[in-house]
Amino acid sequence: MLIKSVAEIAFFFIILLALVKPFGNFMYKVFNGDKTFLTPLLSIPEKIIYKISGVDTEEDQSWKKYFGGVILINLIGIIFLILVQMFQAILPLNTQNLPNTSFHLALNTAVSFVTNTNWQSYVPEATMSYFTQMLGLTVQNFLSAATGMIVLVALIRGFVRKESKHLGNCWVDLTRCVLYILLPISIVSAVFFISQGVPNNFNQYTDATTIEGAKQFISQGPMASQEAIKMIGTNGGGFLNANSAHPFENPSPLTNFFQMLMMALIPASLTYTFGKMVNNTKQGWAILTAMLIVLISITGVITYSEFAPNTLISHISDIDPNNQFNFEGKETRFGITQSTLFAGLTTSISAGAVNSMHDSYSPLGGMLTMFNIELGEVILGGTGTGLYIMLLFAILTVFIAGLMVGRTPEYLGKKIGPIEMQSVVLGVLAPSIFILVLTAIASIIPQGTSALNNAGAHGFSEILYAYSSAAGNNGSAFAGLSANTVFWNLTLTLAMFGGRFIPIFFVMRLAGSLVEKKYIPTSVGTFPTTGLTFVILLIGVVIIVGGLTFFPALTLSGVAEHFQLLSGKAF
Amino acid sequence: MSKILEKENQTNNSQNNNEKKTKLLQADLVKDALINSIKKLNPVELVKNPVIFCVELGAILTTIFLITNLVQSNHDESLLFTSQITIWLWFTVIFANFAEAIAESRGKAQADSLRKSKKDLNAKKITSIEDRIGQIVDASVLRKGDLILVEAGSVIAADGEVIKGVASIDESAITGESAPVIRESGGDRSAVIAGTRVLSDWIVVGVRSNPGESFLDKMIELVEGAVRQKTPNEIALSILLISLTIVFLLATATVQPYVIYAGKSSTITKLVSLFVALAPTTIGALLSAIGIAGMNRLLQINVLAFSGRSVEASGDVDIVILDKTGTITLGNRQAAEFIPVKNITEKELAEVAQFASLSDETPEGRSVVILAKERFNIREHNLGEKDNLVFVPFTANSRMSGVDFNGDVIRKGATDSVIEFVKSLKKDTVIPEDLKAIVEKISRSGGTPLVVSKNNQIMGVIYLKDILKGGIKEKIQGLNYVGIKTIMVTGDNPLTAAAISAEAGVSDFVAEAKPEDKLDLIKKYQAQGHMVAMIGDGTNDAPALAQADVGVAMNTGTAAAREAGNMLDLDSNPSKLIQVIEVGKKILITRGSLTTFSIANDIAKYFAILPAMFSAVYPELSSMNIMYLSSPESAVLSAIIFNALVIPALIPLALKGVDYKPATATELLRKNLLVYGLGGIISPFIGIKIIDLVVSFLHLA
Repeated sequence: MLIKSVAEIAFFFIILLALVKPFGNFMYKVFNGDKTFLTPLLSIPEKIIYKISGVDTEEDQSWKKYFGGVILINLIGIIFLILVQMFQAILPLNTQNLPNTSFHLALNTAVSFVTNTNWQSYVPEATMSYFTQMLGLTVQNFLSAATGMIVLVALIRGFVRKESKHLGNCWVDLTRCVLYILLPISIVSAVFFISQGVPNNFNQYTDATTIEGAKQFISQGPMASQEAIKMIGTNGGGFLNANSAHPFENPSPLTNFFQMLMMALIPASLTYTFGKMVNNTKQGWAILTAMLIVLISITGVITYSEFAPNTLISHISDIDPNNQFNFEGKETRFGITQSTLFAGLTTSISAGAVNSMHDSYSPLGGMLTMFNIELGEVILGGTGTGLYIMLLFAILTVFIAGLMVGRTPEYLGKKIGPIEMQSVVLGVLAPSIFILVLTAIASIIPQGTSALNNAGAHGFSEILYAYSSAAGNNGSAFAGLSANTVFWNLTLTLAMFGGRFIPIFFVMRLAGSLVEKKYIPTSVGTFPTTGLTFVILLIGVVIIVGGLTFFPALTLSGVAEHFQLLSGKAF
Repeated sequence: MSKILEKENQTNNSQNNNEKKTKLLQADLVKDALINSIKKLNPVELVKNPVIFCVELGAILTTIFLITNLVQSNHDESLLFTSQITIWLWFTVIFANFAEAIAESRGKAQADSLRKSKKDLNAKKITSIEDRIGQIVDASVLRKGDLILVEAGSVIAADGEVIKGVASIDESAITGESAPVIRESGGDRSAVIAGTRVLSDWIVVGVRSNPGESFLDKMIELVEGAVRQKTPNEIALSILLISLTIVFLLATATVQPYVIYAGKSSTITKLVSLFVALAPTTIGALLSAIGIAGMNRLLQINVLAFSGRSVEASGDVDIVILDKTGTITLGNRQAAEFIPVKNITEKELAEVAQFASLSDETPEGRSVVILAKERFNIREHNLGEKDNLVFVPFTANSRMSGVDFNGDVIRKGATDSVIEFVKSLKKDTVIPEDLKAIVEKISRSGGTPLVVSKNNQIMGVIYLKDILKGGIKEKIQGLNYVGIKTIMVTGDNPLTAAAISAEAGVSDFVAEAKPEDKLDLIKKYQAQGHMVAMIGDGTNDAPALAQADVGVAMNTGTAAAREAGNMLDLDSNPSKLIQVIEVGKKILITRGSLTTFSIANDIAKYFAILPAMFSAVYPELSSMNIMYLSSPESAVLSAIIFNALVIPALIPLALKGVDYKPATATELLRKNLLVYGLGGIISPFIGIKIIDLVVSFLHLA
């Protein structure tokens, strides 16, 4: 069992690593404006887009202008998406005659999809029409993924450019990102999913009678097309409530493997793009190494704890304790390792798609999925978001450790001064504040606790997970929480919005400050940011600064549950 | 011995004196600091240090909690526990204040003695340079542009420039150096400082500063720390510490609702304890002490930094511009070898050379005499009155010097001048064939050839050599090793410059440089992103000093140079720059190491406090008590005691600075990470356990 498990996990990471360089290089070319193999095909549509929208491609924007563009497109997205949901009854492609949604749900969902969180307080197949899913949610799946990537690119330009004020053109970056990177892969993947049996139609739901004679609606819809961007854009919002655990969204072990690969592809490859842009690919590999060490260790522990027998039932069952695995909430199609690997990836990548129910994991396994999110979604993380927050952590690492070599700290040749430090700490810590405070409020007021399905430490885990997932823009849920209420929808909206745009603001401000700085040549006196020492330090800072804040909360949730389980108590 | 060497010795002496002084004052300093650390409890003052301010707020909270508990009869926790935590929290604040106060007190003591030399100064104000009578006025009425006459025995009342006269001046009040210095009008030695005393002769001084702006005033402010502004790096670090404090404040404050959810509640004492344990109190307490101590370390090596920014910049310097003469080499060349031409023995040459140098009082001339004595034990000739002796001094025109002695004409000097001279004595003089080769060889190796002749016979060549200053080679090596490039600037020709630079091991050199070239050189490197340091004294150096990121002016220098630099070396020792860089690096390393230590401490504190706090909520959580602390109360108390005691334990390190030896970034990082990072994780586990044993043994909790 162990060997098979290790082999499955190892196989996944080997394939992923093999893709990092070629795909990272491709993205580098796209953002650099270089020719790629897609240029002959796409350069004309690209020009048409600029022409229609009146984008001046030569304009090089300051950080404020770039940030303004990012905010503008996102705000328009939120408003548009609210309107679509609130008027879907009269809009086309509503085969099930679904009613308009409430405002608080519309707001929550709009912010959720615009912020790349894809938290779903609702049951999609029973709430959103095909029109809403396709023209509303899926469009935002593209734009939110692209937003993260272009903010990252602007930050990297802040490191690369010297004594300048300009970070590039956000409209050009956005267009190229969607047109050259997200769309082509989505199209190819959608076709692949269709070939694997994922439905893609505008049919009415099928009315079926089960063998037992019960009535059942079988959902239909344009799933394959949304499934593709759901994974590649680290969005995670399912077409169906069961998300990737549903056989329509994720029919086979092959699609499962492919989905995992898709969600990891862009975040992992961006580290290479980063290295290439700063003209030292070792910088990118160092960051990726740190990410993978954490990812693999945590996934390893989750997997181990799901394989461990449950002490509560192991003695009363006839089955050999060595074969008692925690199969609750997992799909038999995938088995434990494919479920835990998916869980480890989706929580650390900020995707939020699930193929098993994290709520049903062992206390330790469930807690670690939550810990992954609370680290700040930097272990690969969302498209662009993961790396830009990780770069903030890298600056923090260089700052603390760099002082120890006797020079004022610098990263990639840029000095870290007060403005940089302010941007870094606020960008890194803002989501934590939302998580801690909102969890505190929800755990003592009736509007919060009434939504819980479980009591005690496990119920607390559900609250903590919900806000962690929202502020971390992950979107996965610990289930067991009936969150479609005014209180939950609004507070989660706040967490998602703050967790997304406060860091983006500070990252852009950081980029604006860095880009104006001189480049400091490196010497043997410079703190090295490529070696193993740096990797270990970076991991330490991510865990101590990112995770230590949550230690009290985690103690009262997963850790408490874990020890309670050991002494024979469950919820 | 050259002047510069003497100076270095004096520096060492004065340093020793300073150290002795500080030790003697130690008891007083501690007393003052203790008083000040109580005064600093004033929240209005303390708010400048937000981390410690938050601890004080916590202490106030637990004090109030303690008082209400005293009044009420039933309470959630034992009074013994609450009162002990309260006491230790106050101690934490006081220890933090003490760290700052003790660092400040050293400066204050120095400022007091400076103030004494400022007291009751008056001056003889004169109306014109020729006026010798003047009028006695109080120093406070002197303004820029006034003229004052200062005679032997009186103290100069204002900063200024010597306009007329020469005087020896005792500057010990400022520099701590007892040897008098010469100040004269014109040239690079004209600046005088208020508070220094004229020992002999008289001078007319043109006042250059208004009252309150004098060098002495500036210096008092500096050593007192009154003008100490936070450096960019200190601000950046403060931002990090404050943010961490806020987040830990939230993490602690939200614990209460979390616990209430589980149907229990936590006491204020425990919540405050958790917060204080997690907040970066160690570095918060020591941060300003590290900065102040850094400035003090500079003062101890007799360097005044006019801004903390420049001290920090000196840690970042990666290009150092060094003058050849005076910094890398001794001020003067010395005779290293006698190289005779064919048919002349070395001893014959040495004898003639010594004769030629008998009247030559220059260090070069002296060195020829000494070399002759060393090599062949040729004694200095005792010249009788009978001897018919005429000294021929060196002139820029003849470029030779020598003696006419009992009919012999002996000369030494530049090659062409001597050849021309011997030819003029006798038309058909044969110039030895090997002379040219000898001269060239010496030039190529960076030396200066000095040709010696007796009558019309050329005897040979004295090899005058630039002598490296003692220890400079090692210092330059150290700089190179840590990645700092050294650039030697010299007026010598490229051949000589190359030879010296190779010998000294500098990374690069600029030959045939005019003083103005330094400015361009600095600008060039700065444009490439380098941080440049230089030291200088002449008026010519002023623009370059102002341009450099770290410009150290020598105290002996002109007023223009002193105003341009951002540091002043009171000893006027050019190789001081290297020490300044070390001080800068040490400050940063100390800051980084203690920050790492402080944050790494949190892990152990979590393991001490969380199980203690939460085992009342979920008893199963006592399994997290991996240190096996004797009771929840003892665990919390031990963590807080450790947190408090670690501050005074680290004060000496903060004041002295973390050891720094030249090393590459990687080596430094590994070492400091091991000591302060890993040490920071492990030591509190051990410390808290030991305190817990003591606490439970004494039944304190």
